[in-house]
Amino acid sequence: MTELKNELIRHSAADLAAKLAAREVTAVEVTQAHLDRIADVDGQVNAFLHVNSEEALAVAAEVDAARAAGGSAAEELHALAGVPIAVKDLIVTIGQPTTAGSKILEGWHSPYDATVVKKLRAAKMPILGKTNLDEFAMGSSTEHSAYGPTRNPWDLDRIPGGSGGGSAAAVAAFEAPLALGTDTGGSIRQPGAVTGTVGVKPTYGAVSRYGAIAMASSLDQIGPVSRTVLDSALLQEVIGGHDPFDSTSLTDPFNNLVAAARVGNVAGMKIGIVKELHGEGYQAGVENRFNESLQLLKDAGAEIVEVSCPNLKYALGAYYLIMPSEVSSNLAKFDGVRFGMRVLPKDGPMTIERVMGATRAAGFGDEVKRRIILGTYALSAGYYDAYYGSAQKVRTLIQRDFDAAFAKADVLISPTAPTTAFKLGEKLDDPLAMYLNDVATIPANLAGIPGLSLPGGLADEDGLPVGIQLLAPARQDARLYRVGAVLESILEEKWGGPMLAQAPVLGSATTTAGGSN
Amino acid sequence: MAAINRDDVAHLARLAHIEMSAEELDRMAVELAVIVDSVKSVSEAAGEDVPATSHPIPLTNVFREDVVGHTFTAEQALSGAPDAFENRFKVPAILDEG
Repeated sequence: MTELKNELIRHSAADLAAKLAAREVTAVEVTQAHLDRIADVDGQVNAFLHVNSEEALAVAAEVDAARAAGGSAAEELHALAGVPIAVKDLIVTIGQPTTAGSKILEGWHSPYDATVVKKLRAAKMPILGKTNLDEFAMGSSTEHSAYGPTRNPWDLDRIPGGSGGGSAAAVAAFEAPLALGTDTGGSIRQPGAVTGTVGVKPTYGAVSRYGAIAMASSLDQIGPVSRTVLDSALLQEVIGGHDPFDSTSLTDPFNNLVAAARVGNVAGMKIGIVKELHGEGYQAGVENRFNESLQLLKDAGAEIVEVSCPNLKYALGAYYLIMPSEVSSNLAKFDGVRFGMRVLPKDGPMTIERVMGATRAAGFGDEVKRRIILGTYALSAGYYDAYYGSAQKVRTLIQRDFDAAFAKADVLISPTAPTTAFKLGEKLDDPLAMYLNDVATIPANLAGIPGLSLPGGLADEDGLPVGIQLLAPARQDARLYRVGAVLESILEEKWGGPMLAQAPVLGSATTTAGGSN
Repeated sequence: MAAINRDDVAHLARLAHIEMSAEELDRMAVELAVIVDSVKSVSEAAGEDVPATSHPIPLTNVFREDVVGHTFTAEQALSGAPDAFENRFKVPAILDEG
């Protein structure tokens, strides 16, 4: 049984779906195997803030019953019915706590489900639990979680990226085949890069944000986390689509993603190297793996062109004005009145204002406070035009740069992050150094375009995962899946299997079965 | 552009309703000065003629029918509140009247 379970957790979501449909395994077996894995390794990884065993097994049992009943009950099952998934704890769920990684929401239960969660329930995908994150998704290392950092399955002394380090680590550690993330400046893609997994930020508006606790509303996007490109395509098709509960939700259909992941060639496609998104400031091992992927795509028949987006040099600055400005407004609702923690001032008059001040002082961590203050500053009278106004103009310039680049190339390519995973604690006292991790991912959020990160190999100098990022024009998410799936398949052929097969063995039960696949 | 100083941070913290200790203000002032300095160049990036983008994918006139849709019951809305009384959120004094 142990061996069987170890085998089950290593399958992709697509393979699990096929096995479930063929009735080779039951959804309860698959779900239990992942719950066992969580019990076995999450003490080391700390990817989960809450494990939802009972409900997950009940949903799995419903799927098994429908399949056993046959007829219309079985036919109506979604292709991913019974394939379990983890949900980033920024996304609200009925029946499980939602903390956003913050003390201010400790123990809070949402009275409603996010739209993406409703869609998971409709597809009968068992929700394994809620994953760890930097507080309110603010960070690049998951060290800003009020519930302790998540650890990178490749090296437990290193960061799993952030803010969605929990979702990426859960998938990398085979605790879940799929997870949901949110990406405001790279929080899906950068964790994907440093954990050797796949993460996609869809076009802004392609997936409803209703029920994702807002950080920066004009930048936030929910998206898939997985171990294969095809699995992300399958998941984006489950969670995507127009939602009247999100007024920024697009009405365009995004139903060609799985088909795109199965096209299998890039012959004749133009792939653009963004001059400003590699080279200086990027680790040598990252640069080497990036160049290797370029050569492989060229060998596969793609045409590599160089493009320049000169205004990207302002992207980080514009992001650190727009994002905190929106943060300062969005987080005003955590006031000790409607939800979460309330802290009373120790002395002096007991007014609501003083209660707010004491509650927010005790409930928010340092990074959240820094960003609220920074945003309040950028929006204050006298600075608004110079800061927030200028940053919004930069956003226009960056969009124009991307428009020009996409006139020359079908997709753009870059490393996802400038370095591999750094050590826990290494950048915690230097906010600016931490912010630089997202230098290659932020531009997509500012422009609203989709981006995908996939494993590109291990850096020579430290043996840690390197991510390759693909970018496409708004609404052309399908191109990411087409090119991503081809690059993934060429790389896996070169490696002789998935990159995660090279990751160290975790937990107790795996010590005998490790390396068996 | 003026650098951010400790008094600015104290004022901003009051505006944002976050109590801060003297030690926190000292530290935050230093950290924010570094961050503000690094984003300054943004103000020189674009000329007067460049329009601002507030939203990455422009959408206009997103309307719905003016009918009652999804609403929470009072019980649901109050379920996560720190304090409630007779179907209302309960708060300490709104005005500082002693």
